[in-house]
Amino acid sequence: MATMNMVHAINLALKEEMQRDKDVVILGEDVGRDGGVFRVTEGLLEQFGEARVMDTPLAESGIVGTAIGMAVYGLKPVAEIQFMGFIYPAADQIFNHAARIRSRSRGRYSVPMVIRTPYGVGIRSPEHHSESSEAHFCHMPGIKVVVPSSPYYAKGLLISAIRDPDPVIFLESTRLYRMIKEDVPEGEYTVPLGKARIVQEGGQVTVISWGSMLQKTIKAIEGVDAEVIDLMTLNPFDEEAIFNSVKKTGRAVVVYEAPKTGGFGAEISASIAEDAMLYLKGPIKRVTGYDAVLPLPKLEDYYMPSTERIRKAIDEVMQY
Amino acid sequence: MRNDLSKDALKRLYAVMLTIRRFEERVVSLYPEQEMKCPVHLCIGQEAIAAGVCAHLGTEDYIFSTHRSHGHCIAKGMDLKPIAAELYGRSDGCSRGRGGSMHLADPEHGIPGTSAIVGGCIPLAVGAGLSSVMQGHARVSVAFFGDGAADEGTFHESLNFASLKKLPVVFVCEDNYYATNSPRSARQPDIPIAEKGRGYAIPGITVDGNDVLLVHQAAEEAVMRARSGGGPTLLEFTTYRWKAHVGPNSDIDEGCRPAGAHERWLKKCPLEMFQRYLLEHAAVSAEELERISVRVDREIDEAVVFGKNSPYPDASELTEYV
Repeated sequence: MATMNMVHAINLALKEEMQRDKDVVILGEDVGRDGGVFRVTEGLLEQFGEARVMDTPLAESGIVGTAIGMAVYGLKPVAEIQFMGFIYPAADQIFNHAARIRSRSRGRYSVPMVIRTPYGVGIRSPEHHSESSEAHFCHMPGIKVVVPSSPYYAKGLLISAIRDPDPVIFLESTRLYRMIKEDVPEGEYTVPLGKARIVQEGGQVTVISWGSMLQKTIKAIEGVDAEVIDLMTLNPFDEEAIFNSVKKTGRAVVVYEAPKTGGFGAEISASIAEDAMLYLKGPIKRVTGYDAVLPLPKLEDYYMPSTERIRKAIDEVMQY
Repeated sequence: MRNDLSKDALKRLYAVMLTIRRFEERVVSLYPEQEMKCPVHLCIGQEAIAAGVCAHLGTEDYIFSTHRSHGHCIAKGMDLKPIAAELYGRSDGCSRGRGGSMHLADPEHGIPGTSAIVGGCIPLAVGAGLSSVMQGHARVSVAFFGDGAADEGTFHESLNFASLKKLPVVFVCEDNYYATNSPRSARQPDIPIAEKGRGYAIPGITVDGNDVLLVHQAAEEAVMRARSGGGPTLLEFTTYRWKAHVGPNSDIDEGCRPAGAHERWLKKCPLEMFQRYLLEHAAVSAEELERISVRVDREIDEAVVFGKNSPYPDASELTEYV
């Protein structure tokens, strides 16, 4: 078993899936010769050739639309969008076609496509290069949204996403790309979509997070009897894991870096309120970014949930 | 006019055009019953394009279409019954009564589901073409769209990529001069849409879309080019929408179109022109045409009965197929 960062783990997942299944094809801007903005697809062009690792025109809607057509007719495209802020031109294709072809054809066609895109704060670049807009995609029936929090889970989740019959938006935190290294097995293993994992068991408060915020969350709970849940798949999300935990702890804090209003934490909070309210000992708290367009570095530091902010929310809920 | 088509091939073309026309005329007559509770975008007056293009496609070839898709789907070989049932929102509809007129789908005939997003399906056709090449199939992928789609970015992105990769795609623009109610002259510089192909090194040609034999000929060349690895073609067929953008009625009295244009186009009825040709130049008898007419009407009768008798989908189906 090798120790590797998330970039290498994702690269390994792509490589192994392309070796296993000739229908898996990569396309996107600069994914071939350049290996992608973050070098996630590095070396794949050399190994699999131009037909399967395809540099495309700079046209997000065209990339995703083409990938949908490929997926409908027998291929398993993995499209890369360079940054999450660049995905909006393709939102039309994602929402209006990828999400709906299964429904339109009453289940006789599906779209086994993955759209990988780097998301979130991490490279000190404002706006489009640092967005965390997962909630938009979670709102659309027919789209799965997956956010890994570490190299091991990135590989296993990506393999599941590629094999899934439906479109998956796969969000890769730029902050995490090279931050953590951990043991990642070579060869096949999968992490199921739609399942959360308990990162740490605890009895007094449930802290739910995903992707980039998990590390800070783990730091923030030091000394607290907290149960930490890594959601991993946002749509469909693992309600059962959350309810079971909240029924035990009676307290819930949700941590994510997207703007607060209408973020996915709202959905989680509402679900807890609907189904586990009588178990609650205090209010559900959200620790999030602010309702602001992602700013430049100094303000970015203020924007991001810090361990202190997370801890403060946990303390407030505990002392309620 | 060309005369190298067999009498049978000519009669088949006629039968497809007549089926489209009569089916939509039936929609017009049934719509006031208010049982078809979905918007309908009719292609009456534009039948020659669907018939002439799809004549060159096999069951396995792909078509991608728009909100105005009845003609394309019928010409591609779709049975009328699931179309009628779909318009009635019934469970035997091709989309189990969840898609309606704008979202017809039929995997058995290479129709993955039409959509009302103008220009939206064009890149999907490119992807299907790419898939055909990568999987070693000789399938051709056809994107039908209107002149409105040539306003959209996806049109240009798709031409660019299809040309770059020399994909087996035929871009079929049905230029009926109107995007909803905006004339093309208010939306685009005054050049034929087919000429936009030149910017992407794609051969483009503008053809009278009401003359089914000219459509047939242009499409034949384009489909052959695609199938033999010669890359995409942009076909622009000029035509005219007889009905309003949406619904069974005419919009002529609404003042969106110049006076006299409608009358001029009625004289260029694709069906009447072809019928005259068949009678006068192709030795098809009036009796033969009548037999086709009787058969078409019977098929439509049966489809309507089938649609009306099909049950509504069960509430339990609401969250299926997501």
